[in-house]
Amino acid sequence: MGLLESIVLAVLAASTPLLLAACGELVAERAGVLNLGVEGMMIVGAACGFAGAYVTGSIVIGALAGIAAGAALAAVFALLTLGLAVNQVATGLALTILGVGISGLIGAGFVGERIAGAPHLYIPGLTDVPFLGRILFGQDPFVYLSLAIVVGIWWFLYRTRAGLELRAIGDNPASAHALGYPVLRKRALAVLFGGACAGLGGAYLPLAYTPFWISGMTAGRGWIALALVVFASWQPGRLVAGAYLFGAVTILQLHAQGAGVGIPSQFMSSLPYLATILVLVVISRTRGRAGAAAPASLGTVFVPDR
Amino acid sequence: MKRMMIGGLLAALALGASTLVAPAQDKLKVGFIYLGPIGDFGWTYQHEVGRQGIVKHFGDKIETSYLENVNEGPDSERAIEQLARTGHKLIFTTSFGYMDPTVKVAKKYPDVYFEHNTGYKRDKNLATYSARFYEGRYIQGQIAAKMSKSGVLGYVGSFPIPEVISGINSTILGAQSINPNIKVKIIWVNTWFDPGKEADAAKALVDQGADVLMQHTDSPAAMQVAEARGKYAFGQDSDMYKFGQKAQLTAIVNNWAPYYVERVQEVLDKKWTSTDTWGGLNTKYLLMASYTNMLDDVKKMAEDTQAAISSGKLHPFKCPVVAQDGSTVECKGGTHLADEQILGMNFYVKGIDEKIPGK
Repeated sequence: MGLLESIVLAVLAASTPLLLAACGELVAERAGVLNLGVEGMMIVGAACGFAGAYVTGSIVIGALAGIAAGAALAAVFALLTLGLAVNQVATGLALTILGVGISGLIGAGFVGERIAGAPHLYIPGLTDVPFLGRILFGQDPFVYLSLAIVVGIWWFLYRTRAGLELRAIGDNPASAHALGYPVLRKRALAVLFGGACAGLGGAYLPLAYTPFWISGMTAGRGWIALALVVFASWQPGRLVAGAYLFGAVTILQLHAQGAGVGIPSQFMSSLPYLATILVLVVISRTRGRAGAAAPASLGTVFVPDR
Repeated sequence: MKRMMIGGLLAALALGASTLVAPAQDKLKVGFIYLGPIGDFGWTYQHEVGRQGIVKHFGDKIETSYLENVNEGPDSERAIEQLARTGHKLIFTTSFGYMDPTVKVAKKYPDVYFEHNTGYKRDKNLATYSARFYEGRYIQGQIAAKMSKSGVLGYVGSFPIPEVISGINSTILGAQSINPNIKVKIIWVNTWFDPGKEADAAKALVDQGADVLMQHTDSPAAMQVAEARGKYAFGQDSDMYKFGQKAQLTAIVNNWAPYYVERVQEVLDKKWTSTDTWGGLNTKYLLMASYTNMLDDVKKMAEDTQAAISSGKLHPFKCPVVAQDGSTVECKGGTHLADEQILGMNFYVKGIDEKIPGK
């Protein structure tokens, strides 16, 4: 296996959990709901995903358990912020703290256990093609699934009536409500979808990336996913670019260190974050106005008048 | 949960004080402050194993409690004080960053005994303890040099602090004693704990030609990468054989139970004194996991080295130690480097090509 090939493979794997979690958050934010609990939903997804796969021996059931767990936590968030109109920022932060705690509890019995990770795709002939074979046809199923979800979201947001309604609700819930759209119900579905994706992204870690459970194993990836949504200026296509860019810088700096490039590792480790900031600046510059792409009602509570 | 329990204890204690005089023969209460979750399968997990060790040894003669996920720095002061206030007479604070808070609380509670792990500040009622992890790394270096076909070792580092650097140096000195031309590639991940990143670093090292991996981070991620890629690796903090049945050569296992048992016994016997304990293979504060996946002659060599270090015949930093720049390091410990030189180590030994980041 060539060095470049293995770097690309590592980048794809490192980016996938970020992409999955960011996808869900993108949809929730497009509906106008800012859920800062991504990290919490991811870690609970990771714990439940591992538990499910360990108990049943099935990666698919593990992934479903992760999705269900993320969605369950998101349901709590929806109940509070949509049902009871509680502040979204505070609730989201609380959700992360809650998620980290619950995941430790769920995972306590699984520390030190391991499972066989998700198998990689193998198509005789195609996968064996030098260089591109492994990259295109030799990934684990989550990598393909994440890209399929991105395409699905793009199609939903820009090519369906329901997607148009969702965007309208995110921009101006009062008008959407006046037109008779069920604002809270749609927002709740968007939040649940966000939770499911975050749960799946979290479950990717113990099911495919590093097949074991350890408390806190998401290690801040939920926060990076949140930043990626802004980075992508709420557009699914850019999300892919952002996630892979972030993954690429992360992996390349490790390789640079191993190759003995004489740059302090502390600086190298901060490179992915610097790159994110840089791109944000460039985007807001070229757009003229920072945050112009943000859903207009993002993070604001909406209480429909009856 | 624990916090709530302690709150309850506090209330019960206050009640007890106001209504009746406490019985003379109270159980000794022993408290622990943990940095991570007990489910980290690394540093904190091994301290928890130590706590379970004293519970098993003393049974209902003692009562133990712990607070996990306690942040280092000022935050920890409250946690430590909480234990002191609720009648704990012996308190172990198990991370370097608890040093100053422990000193502070120890001054406030002169009749409580404190034990700080990996620090250097002591007081009448505050002792310190740590383990000579570098001894185990010397053995690992020798094994790695024997097992490596490419002659390149891969090292996943956390932060370039003396503890980690002395580990790297000890590994290389061990490896050089077998193969003077051995090379090491070092990747710093700048975190103690991020399994994904640790795995990525391990993959990068393998891709760049390393065929034996070692790590100074806390999760078994690097071990799993080695297993998946058909390479070798060493476990850290705990025995990680389960994660690399074909990959693990051995592991450094932190073993605090003997120390904890000893100190609890001293408190029970009223013989506790403030001491500075830096145990190693000889006191069994660190154990080597079974030597696996190697031929008998390598295993024999490892066992001999372990015995030699244990008996004091061999010191990993025996003089002369030559630094990266070719200068000979002053030999303050007689025949080997002095303890304070190892505890403050901030140079690479000769044979490492890379530079310490930020230097």
